[in-house]
Amino acid sequence: MLTGRGIVVGHRPGVPVLDGADLSVSPGEVVGLAGPSGSGKSTMARVLGMLLAPWSGEVAVDGVPVTGVRYRVPRELRGTVGMVFQSPRLSVDPRLPLAAVIAEPLRVPGTPTAGRRGAALRDRRVAELAERVGLTADLLPRRPHEVSDGQLQRACLARALAQQPRYLVCDEMTAMLDASSAAGLVAALRDDVATGRLGVLAISHDEDLLAAWADRTVRLTAAAGGAAHRAAGALAPEHW
Amino acid sequence: MTPALSVRDLTVRFPLAARRRAPRRVVHAATDVSFDLHAGRVLALVGESGCGKSVLASALLRLLPGNAVVTGSAVLAGSPPVDVLTADERVVGRQVRGRRLALVPQSAATSLTPVRTARSQLEEAVCELAPGTDPRARADELAERVGLAPRDLDLFPHELSGGMAQRVVVALALAGGPAVVLADEPTAGLDRPLANRTLQLLREVADAGCAVLLITHDLGGLLRAPEVADDLAVMYASRLMETGPAAAVLAAPAHDYTRDLLGALPAGGLVPIPGHPPELTDLPAGCAYHARRPDAGRCDGGALHTAALHTGGVRSARCRPLAVALC
Repeated sequence: MLTGRGIVVGHRPGVPVLDGADLSVSPGEVVGLAGPSGSGKSTMARVLGMLLAPWSGEVAVDGVPVTGVRYRVPRELRGTVGMVFQSPRLSVDPRLPLAAVIAEPLRVPGTPTAGRRGAALRDRRVAELAERVGLTADLLPRRPHEVSDGQLQRACLARALAQQPRYLVCDEMTAMLDASSAAGLVAALRDDVATGRLGVLAISHDEDLLAAWADRTVRLTAAAGGAAHRAAGALAPEHW
Repeated sequence: MTPALSVRDLTVRFPLAARRRAPRRVVHAATDVSFDLHAGRVLALVGESGCGKSVLASALLRLLPGNAVVTGSAVLAGSPPVDVLTADERVVGRQVRGRRLALVPQSAATSLTPVRTARSQLEEAVCELAPGTDPRARADELAERVGLAPRDLDLFPHELSGGMAQRVVVALALAGGPAVVLADEPTAGLDRPLANRTLQLLREVADAGCAVLLITHDLGGLLRAPEVADDLAVMYASRLMETGPAAAVLAAPAHDYTRDLLGALPAGGLVPIPGHPPELTDLPAGCAYHARRPDAGRCDGGALHTAALHTGGVRSARCRPLAVALC
């Protein structure tokens, strides 16, 4: 189980975005995380994805507490949580063809798919991952500017799945995509979730999507995020 | 009633630079697109990204790059009627663009000049497009029409919320008193309440007498706000696959693509459409959709079938004749 307990975190000292938030995701379930803009959904995603250290509170993966963030997290722990971001354009290197984008996590030194010796195995894994997310072989040599947003997001999903994570954090994964691409990405994860190999945290402001996709939905109220909003002088929601 | 804008067989091609030993490729951005825009009505044009929707708006405003090859006609009613596709650039620039045919651009926040207040930009548009009126009074009037307080106009773009910026660009589009408003993905990247209000705003623009073309990939947004669109056109791989009154098309789609697109929405069951949309340089002969999904249903190669509805209005769909039950 991927758990965050009593998470307090913010971006400015003294102004917490999340003030004691709890969340847990078990393998085999899709947990939706909803809430208005600025309620701290993406901040929670970054904490659970081990990209942002909470001020207080604990993140644990299958009972193992996470210490540190990013590269300070032990490698075997870091690979257990994958992440997919909202904008695929901003989350890939524009110079890499899609095959190299997907292969990036497989090149980590010390793994059987790394280096020149692992090249054959790596290519095989890339082909498998591409098939799993619905990318055809003719798309793999292309660079990001030669494919659509939906196709690029599929590559990002394949990259996140490359290390065989047990948990996947999808931060507005489908927000930029049209309906059929969004449905394609959700379908690509369905088998892994159904067999209990993967737990998904689906963050979205689209309640219809979460109703159809998530087994249960957690709502962040503006109460936690509201303090930060007011302090930052942001406009109240009714003053759109 | 004569339509405010009547588009017939609009075809846009972009020849690409020739590569050595490779055949010269051509982007088929729009093929034989025909539709009418009527005063007081909203036509929603939906389709997956990359199907050629935005090219249509650019073609109608004559803002396509120089290598585009455009054929067909798009006649703007009024005195005198103008074919915006063939008219002289000086006529389009001085009499049509902004004055009779206006654009609401995709990203409101980035289409305003960051170093000038909303008022200064709106008054400039008024001076340019409606000389002789008092710019300040007219700007206040436009602001009120889109639901902004006049004092909000004295803010700089970074001080405006997303929704206020959206209203300012709609006010800018209305500055010249256009008969036709083209909105190119006005809701892209907005959160849901904001997107809904933007759609409502366009509905109000139509209710005030404009003809509105609403270009969007967000079919779900249209379903949530069924009162916004009167008519619907569904585009796939450069062609219109189905057109008709929005309520009728959404309730009983005639084309397999429309049906599959509705099925891919969360409300429709999140069933993805197999395969990928084709490259516009490399369209299959005949119907592009049934080339992607041969198992979807009968197809006669993409011929266009039209039927008049007993409730009034006209429906059209490609690939097979409309069932009597749909009319």
